[in-house]
Amino acid sequence: MATTQISLIRLHTEKIKPPRALWVPFDLGRPLGAPNDPGFQTRVLMAALKLLEAPSGPVLEDFPDEAPASEDYSGPVACPLPINASGEQLVGIDRLRADFLSETAQMGVWYEIARKKRQRTSVGASGLDPRTISEFLAACLQGGPPPNPRPEIPLASMVKLAIEDLKAYYFEAAAAQPGRSNPDIKQLNDWFWGRTAAGGVFMELHRILRQSADPGLRFLAERLLVPMSQASRLASGKGQK
Amino acid sequence: MARLEDLPEPQYSHLFNLECPTYPDRPWTVGPPLNQRRIALISTAGLHPRGAPPFIGFSDEYRVIPGTAQAKDLIMSHISTNFDRSGFFEDWNVVFPLDRLRELAEKRVIAGVADYHYSFMGATDPRQMESRCPEVADLLKRDQVNGVLLTPA
Repeated sequence: MATTQISLIRLHTEKIKPPRALWVPFDLGRPLGAPNDPGFQTRVLMAALKLLEAPSGPVLEDFPDEAPASEDYSGPVACPLPINASGEQLVGIDRLRADFLSETAQMGVWYEIARKKRQRTSVGASGLDPRTISEFLAACLQGGPPPNPRPEIPLASMVKLAIEDLKAYYFEAAAAQPGRSNPDIKQLNDWFWGRTAAGGVFMELHRILRQSADPGLRFLAERLLVPMSQASRLASGKGQK
Repeated sequence: MARLEDLPEPQYSHLFNLECPTYPDRPWTVGPPLNQRRIALISTAGLHPRGAPPFIGFSDEYRVIPGTAQAKDLIMSHISTNFDRSGFFEDWNVVFPLDRLRELAEKRVIAGVADYHYSFMGATDPRQMESRCPEVADLLKRDQVNGVLLTPA
């Protein structure tokens, strides 16, 4: 069976030596280069498929062009100010929880706009709706194991699925704002991890779950919760601005 | 950018030091020109149809993606947090270019698109996933596929 592949880390392909590979200089997670650019994606696809006609191998070719740069509005992502839903003067974890639940609810406006515009959403791996996801993750801030909304799935895996669904919810909502059809990746991540209550919750979950009695939750916190690109926020101990 | 040298620490060191499988053999197969190839996609982005079981942990499983799938049908449950997903949220073709393949088939650049495609979860050790490969290869042959595009997350 003839195979050809797109490769994002050239060093790995050099070591493995698959029959046919096209190295591309794109961001991890974007093997075809850029969203909403069929012409560019087709060029990448054709470059990879053409390797099926190579007379001998192994073949490792380099795609010559960078992905198109985002021409989006580069200003800050609009995020509703978190409202203290209880009306009381909350502090610490209680304040974070209240801000998070309020923020998630308010991001729903942009999320629904995105969903209607694109006729799709990537939210769904957890099987929970966004409100249930946010309540479940808020419950994880308590410290002890929260009730698992899907007991057939291990708790740590359920937390992971909920986290990724919530990020999808936020990122889709952000991209629905005017001028953001191809959001800058760094800007999106700096906004989410540095400025949202949701990012603050995830940073706090990293701290809490590392001390969990559940080895799965400890592994999640150490390896699968905060991206390496945001590790400096953990190191500084000042997760958010 | 995915130039390794441009990635920040600790991601650079993690990927630089990642153990990669090597193989003693270099199998090679020749075949027809591209316009006689029926192409299937195999992704390691942890993709699956909505409603299918998500990938749990370091799973060696694969999921079947029907060739009739549309963007709204596909979701991702890869366990890594170290790659961008916003591109996929915007446009599934940036990870799983099924629309682009369909267009190439319409223009007869390729002979056709497979009835079934597949996804693994690429954070799993490749040696664990290897046991599934003969099964997927057999499915591809029965689908009359003679060209496979492997795409990463």
